[in-house]
Amino acid sequence: MSSLTLHDVRFVEPEATRNYITQDYGALSWLFTKDHKRIAILYLISITALFILGGFFAVVMRIELLTPEGDLLTSDTYNKFFTLHGIIMIFFFLIPSIPAVLGNFLLPLMLGAKDLAFPKINLLSWYLYIIAAVMGLYIIITGGVDTGWTFYTPFSTQFSNTHVFGVTFAAFIVGFSSILTGLNFLVTIHRMRAPGLTWFRLPLFVWAMYATSIVQLLATPVLAITLVMLMFERVVHVGIFDPALGGDPLLFQHMFWFYSHPAVYIMILPAMGVASEVVAAFTRKKIFGYQFVAYSSLAIAFLGFLVWAHHMFVAGISVYSAMIFSFLSYFVAVPSAIKVFNWTATLYRASVSLMTPMLYILGFIGLFTIGGVTGLFLAAIGLDVHVTDTYFVVAHFHYVMVGGAVMAYMAGLHYWWPKITGRMYPEWWARLAALLVFAGFNLTFFPQFVLGYLGMPRRYHAYAPEFQVLNVMSTAGASVLAVGYALPLCYLLWSLWYGRPAGPNPWGAVGLEWTTASPPPMENFHETPVVTWDAYDYPAMMKAMGETQNV
Amino acid sequence: MSEVTLGGPPPAPQVEEHHEHHPFLQHHFEDLGQQHEASTLGMWMFLSTEILFFGGVLAAYWIYRVMYPEAWAIGAAQQIWWLGAINTIVLIISSLTMALAVRNAQMGRRMGTVYMLIATLFFGTIFLGVKMYEYTKHWQEGLFPGAAFTFQWPQNPALVPKIELFMTFYWCLTGLHALHMVIGAGLLIWFIWRSWKGHFGPEYYGPVEIMGLYWHFVDIVWIFLFPFLYLIHGAHHG
Ligand code: HEM
Ligand SMILES: [Cu+2]
Repeated sequence: MSSLTLHDVRFVEPEATRNYITQDYGALSWLFTKDHKRIAILYLISITALFILGGFFAVVMRIELLTPEGDLLTSDTYNKFFTLHGIIMIFFFLIPSIPAVLGNFLLPLMLGAKDLAFPKINLLSWYLYIIAAVMGLYIIITGGVDTGWTFYTPFSTQFSNTHVFGVTFAAFIVGFSSILTGLNFLVTIHRMRAPGLTWFRLPLFVWAMYATSIVQLLATPVLAITLVMLMFERVVHVGIFDPALGGDPLLFQHMFWFYSHPAVYIMILPAMGVASEVVAAFTRKKIFGYQFVAYSSLAIAFLGFLVWAHHMFVAGISVYSAMIFSFLSYFVAVPSAIKVFNWTATLYRASVSLMTPMLYILGFIGLFTIGGVTGLFLAAIGLDVHVTDTYFVVAHFHYVMVGGAVMAYMAGLHYWWPKITGRMYPEWWARLAALLVFAGFNLTFFPQFVLGYLGMPRRYHAYAPEFQVLNVMSTAGASVLAVGYALPLCYLLWSLWYGRPAGPNPWGAVGLEWTTASPPPMENFHETPVVTWDAYDYPAMMKAMGETQNV
Repeated sequence: MSEVTLGGPPPAPQVEEHHEHHPFLQHHFEDLGQQHEASTLGMWMFLSTEILFFGGVLAAYWIYRVMYPEAWAIGAAQQIWWLGAINTIVLIISSLTMALAVRNAQMGRRMGTVYMLIATLFFGTIFLGVKMYEYTKHWQEGLFPGAAFTFQWPQNPALVPKIELFMTFYWCLTGLHALHMVIGAGLLIWFIWRSWKGHFGPEYYGPVEIMGLYWHFVDIVWIFLFPFLYLIHGAHHG
């Protein structure tokens, strides 16, 4: 330690106000930051902007679907709208959401580290994201793309006259952003844990991020190379996936889903991690079956690689492979179910405090369960033939991705908002928004299960008149949902100036991130923490708190 | 950081461990050992990404090879196998010089490292030169897929689109590999400069080692590409 200086003693602001936000001022100090917390904020701002854009497309589509006639948008424009909605929401919002925002911010804090292992690569991954996003925006302005987010060949390579090349190139780039995030997290978890922080003392959020990162690292390159082949085919006019030239379009689907099925776990595993943290904090209990929950993340990551062809049951794969993939798809539901049961067991006979994050997580558990169970319906070949490419599938994946992943993201954002900003959000408004989101979500998407079962196909701007009532319900729900999402945007911004100061640990939660100031100082901890306790050791914490009060 | 001390004795000279002040120790690592382990693990993970990246296109290659064995054999017969063989040898030698560069860096032999890296760069450039020659030749022979593909196979014209497919994979695979070589060559130039500046030594040679991992990986990819693209011509000798 160096001795005190005049500078230190007299002119420095009190400790608490010098944090990662106030450390430096000016745009450049943000754009060239290597601090994981600041990069998390950069991501937060960017993905929020893209969420709004993706939401805009959704709202216009829902308005179109108010009436059976295709009157608001031409079918071509409608095609572009669902494509852009899907691409933005999946590649530019949901995949980076929890990992790149909450994971970036929290992982080093939860591990007792000063930063991620590779701070420059972390910044690079944000720049890749931004480059891809700017390319995407440019493409939207100059005419868009209409292949669907799945880019199926040979339509995308031989027939579509929209900007397929540009958009796949953007997806390629954003894929590398995702790979680099995963790589960084994996190395950080392996090599940067504080002394005493053994694997089975890690918070379950860290386990979830670990499993997610494995999928990012091993699945995304396959998407990247598939897109390279697609671009090559489109530009050079060869036939890798074109049957007329000796290629096979099914190969494209195999390779695409080899990534994109695991990618759904890139979206849901982090959400499960948030759920574990929030359930523990608001029940003040250890997560029931900690090790099962931890290992089930790895099991999901592994099994997720073995089920991709369940997206291709009607595409012309053989009956035998369909049966095998159907069977394996049932398997992948097991570890997810383990988690749901363990959260439920933790909630059982607990005194649950129903703060906003917990409300979102209760919503998450219910909606994810519905999404997962309908996934099993779809994994049954016979039923899938009936409902594939209908609104049933649309409802299924919105239940998992919006009802599951986005709900958990909102939970996490509220739960750690005080840590990130040092301010509390207004609880009353936040609860109202959570309830609106839950109600709006169900009103939007539940009717779609029925619509799909009745036979309404997805990806059309017009539909048979008998489907109108359910569609009107769905659009009404979407309006409620939109209000539910707009509210947090307003009150969270408001809280930055007017929110009650949070203090280091507003929830009385355990976890290293709560032992440092809010917002945390640049170097996270003034001294590297030494960990001697297990995750979620609420009983011990409460005892310790009792002791300090006695002092 | 301290300029003016506030009374008391002057600050004691800093007697901290030598390695904590190493100029290349990044602030968020505890020590050079941790930094080294993290970077090495990072490179291995990056390589596993690369394996799946190349693996994807190789899988596609393999599926079509099983579907169109004859076209694949004819396509391979269009390659000059001994040029591929020379390039294979050149790359293996470059791997050796790369390994020697790592060794020299570990031993703290500054100029030895520089020379070995230059040698690696030299062999890498030869490889790329030979590859450029092959590419030019293929282009002239109408073996670039798409509109430029004028190659004929009178014995069985129906096979031409499939031979074109083979050549598509040829260009994709070797092109991606060559791109990795170019990136590797760029990195080598930077590393030559750094070693010449004396950045590496017994306690800090990690980056050279990691550069080596990358270089060996790119070589190994070629070891797979060479037989897959040049040597499977069966009865169709070129
Ligand atoms: C319980 C485990 C799950 C099973 C068994 C399952 C099963 C399926 C099946 C069989 C399909 C294909 C339906 C069809 O196209 O006919 C499907 C579609 C889909 N699922 Fe799941 N799923 C599960 C979990 C998830 C999760 C967790 C997510 C996202 C976070 C997700 C996202 C999607 C998406 C995006 C599609 C539609 C893809 C498209 O065609 O655009 N699924 N699911
Ligand atoms: Cu799937």
